[in-house]
Amino acid sequence: MTNSDLNRYKDKAFQVFGICCTFLGLIVLAVFLIDILIKGLGRIDWDFITSLPSRRAMRAGILTAWVGTLWILVLTALIAIPLGVAAGVYLQEYARKSRLSDFLEINIANLAGVPSIIYGLLGLEVFVRQMGLGESLLAGAFTLSLLVLPIIIVTTREAIKAVPGSIRDASLALGASKWQTIWMQILPASAGGIMTGVILSLSRAVGEAAPLIVIGALAYVPFVPESPLDEFTVLPIQIFNWVSRPQEEFLINAASAIIILLFITFLLNGIAVYLRYRQQKKVKW
Amino acid sequence: MSKSYKLAANDVNAWYGDFHAIKGINIALEEKAVTAFIGPSGCGKSTFLRLFNRMNDYIDGFRLEGEILLDQKNIYKKDVRVDELRKEVGMVFQKPNPFPKTIFENVVYGLRIQGVSKKKVLEETVERSLKQAALWEEVKDKLHKSALALSGGQQQRLCIARALAIEPTVLLMDEPASALDPISTTKIEDLIYELKNQYTIVIVTHNMQQAGRVSDHTAFFLSGELVEHSKTKTLFTSPKDKRTQNYITGRFG
Amino acid sequence: MRVKEKIIEGLLLLSAIITVFITVAIIWVLLSESVSFFREISIVRFLTEKEWTPLFAEKKFGILPLVSGTFLTTFIAIAVALPVGLTVAIYLNIYSPGKLKLIIKPVLELLATIPTVVYGFFALTVVTPFLQSFIPGLAGFNALSAGIVMGIMIVPMISSLSEDAIGSVPLSLRDAAFGMGSTRFQTAFKVMVPAASSGIVVSVILAVSRAVGETMIVAIAAGQQPRLTLNPLVPIETITTYIVQVSLGDVPHGSIEYKTIFAAGITLFIFTFALNNISFWVRKKYQEKYD
Repeated sequence: MTNSDLNRYKDKAFQVFGICCTFLGLIVLAVFLIDILIKGLGRIDWDFITSLPSRRAMRAGILTAWVGTLWILVLTALIAIPLGVAAGVYLQEYARKSRLSDFLEINIANLAGVPSIIYGLLGLEVFVRQMGLGESLLAGAFTLSLLVLPIIIVTTREAIKAVPGSIRDASLALGASKWQTIWMQILPASAGGIMTGVILSLSRAVGEAAPLIVIGALAYVPFVPESPLDEFTVLPIQIFNWVSRPQEEFLINAASAIIILLFITFLLNGIAVYLRYRQQKKVKW
Repeated sequence: MSKSYKLAANDVNAWYGDFHAIKGINIALEEKAVTAFIGPSGCGKSTFLRLFNRMNDYIDGFRLEGEILLDQKNIYKKDVRVDELRKEVGMVFQKPNPFPKTIFENVVYGLRIQGVSKKKVLEETVERSLKQAALWEEVKDKLHKSALALSGGQQQRLCIARALAIEPTVLLMDEPASALDPISTTKIEDLIYELKNQYTIVIVTHNMQQAGRVSDHTAFFLSGELVEHSKTKTLFTSPKDKRTQNYITGRFG
Repeated sequence: MRVKEKIIEGLLLLSAIITVFITVAIIWVLLSESVSFFREISIVRFLTEKEWTPLFAEKKFGILPLVSGTFLTTFIAIAVALPVGLTVAIYLNIYSPGKLKLIIKPVLELLATIPTVVYGFFALTVVTPFLQSFIPGLAGFNALSAGIVMGIMIVPMISSLSEDAIGSVPLSLRDAAFGMGSTRFQTAFKVMVPAASSGIVVSVILAVSRAVGETMIVAIAAGQQPRLTLNPLVPIETITTYIVQVSLGDVPHGSIEYKTIFAAGITLFIFTFALNNISFWVRKKYQEKYD
């Protein structure tokens, strides 16, 4: 075999390996989804969705869990979106290159790398204890808002960066103030990108269990939360609780709850992808 | 003095960081006439143009010395409000930059940000401005369609209409036809000829034929300096400075 | 008008400044509770004892077993994710026709959006039984399957960051390599990967940081038994799992057991903080090199 043959052989071999690795993800995803569906689909019915938790697997439902997840989703959105978009706008449109802006940037990058469970410890001390919110939905939503804030800030900046400078110039040259330019031109033009980031961050919040466990959210909440100050559970915690039990029936419950949770996260991601696609299609600068 | 000067610069120097972009320029521009700024790329003509409506203000590291006068008042004085100034001094950019909105909303944007919302006023302004910009006949049936659907030349005339809608007295044009095809360019040039009866126009161009066609006066810039400023005819037929002569005869640039 | 503008700018600035308060609050919370922990338990004991049993009658406070558990799962995860992720990145960038990339990338991104508690379920109920079928003596909870699944979770992170790094190598380099008759394999490993090495290093460091802080997969599938071992077949406990374990029980506020989660937390924070800042540093050097 000549040297050149050997090289060609290596090239082909790596190609095959590359295809295998690339499709590994696909295969794992498929195996996994099929497994979950086989295990869990049979258990999903109206009772499962509308029943309170129970110590008996066959009677247990996810009502409190999905209502809690919905509450957390809405509250986190209300807290994190205005804060994150405002910070993103400031950093992209107002902050001049300075030590302060450099520091803010590094700080946000660092926050994005802090493990979610550490945010749980922060929430436990600050929201649950110091602010006296207790183990409530509000404490959970605040904690998750801080967790997703860096994602919203970064995507807001990216979306604003994609708006051509000529739009800004045109608005300013017509006598618009800086804020008028941002409010009437830049934000509408970047809304698609910002919404994509916001929805992705919310889908992240919906899937989080660790920080909420640390602030004291419980798996067994015998009532549906009715105000932001009520105790709560969420789907991921309910799943964790069921997975932790030895009985087979609870694993089936977990699989069913996972189907519901994945439905919610995939739905959110689907919306995000659609928004991005529509934005790309709509505006060609 | 029989002529009145609309715009003037006194001993103006400007820097981007360490880069000395404008070097000691003195100039006075006549009212209701077209002045062309010519010169090779990077000579500072666009930077200088943008001083007249303070578009350089937001650029990091930008610094200015000297006075820029509009109607004998220094526009860089502390009590001058930039948004008021820009209502007086409109601007059209090199590439057409309509907002991603309808034609109608593009034209009335300047009024909307001033808080004008009376439908009748807005509609009248749209018709007047689009007629002034010689675009009315082409778009009057699709005012509420997206401005991005127009051709490049139409978009640029829309940008001119948008600038005229707030009734400025000065119109700054930064190479307004450089991104357009020859037919659209002719239309823009005809338009400039019409508009100079009402407005003081400053146009940056590196197309010397264009400067010759549309302008009453021409100023030649080189490396941040103003080399020569005179009647267009004079500058092109008997330039005083050797460098001007080299440029207009195509020896460099 | 002007006043309104100033107020708005002030509010926006405030929102940006809040991010600094978050960092300060994290450090303050971790420090204040762990300082009071270290008043009772010396740092030397914390760092050198070989057992971690704060919840038992006979208490030992050596963090090493938790650190070793964290290290072990992280190592396994990276051992899976680095070769697979890097291969995917190279394959997508150099081998694959454009259309395939358009399909594969969103699918991989989908993997990254699955909640980690779901991965934990997968590790416990699918991967562990599968591995048990040919690894005798593999416990029901173990570092191996938790690590492997964590690796699968991290593949998209490494592949997409590395692909960006390889994609930002000037095309002229690649054309030069092809022009001299290199195969794609040679172009990839002799030219593109070395040129993109700092970007790839950054992706790996960030992946390590992610694995160190990952909680639910290990809490579900790796066990809750702090053990100073590098054996991947037995139950272990990571720092994150310990914090979850304590949070699920009812440990009284202010007790030494309560404070242990902050001592564990600050250990975790120091690891991830260091890793993140090393990655920023590498990235910054890398940018300077290319400018």
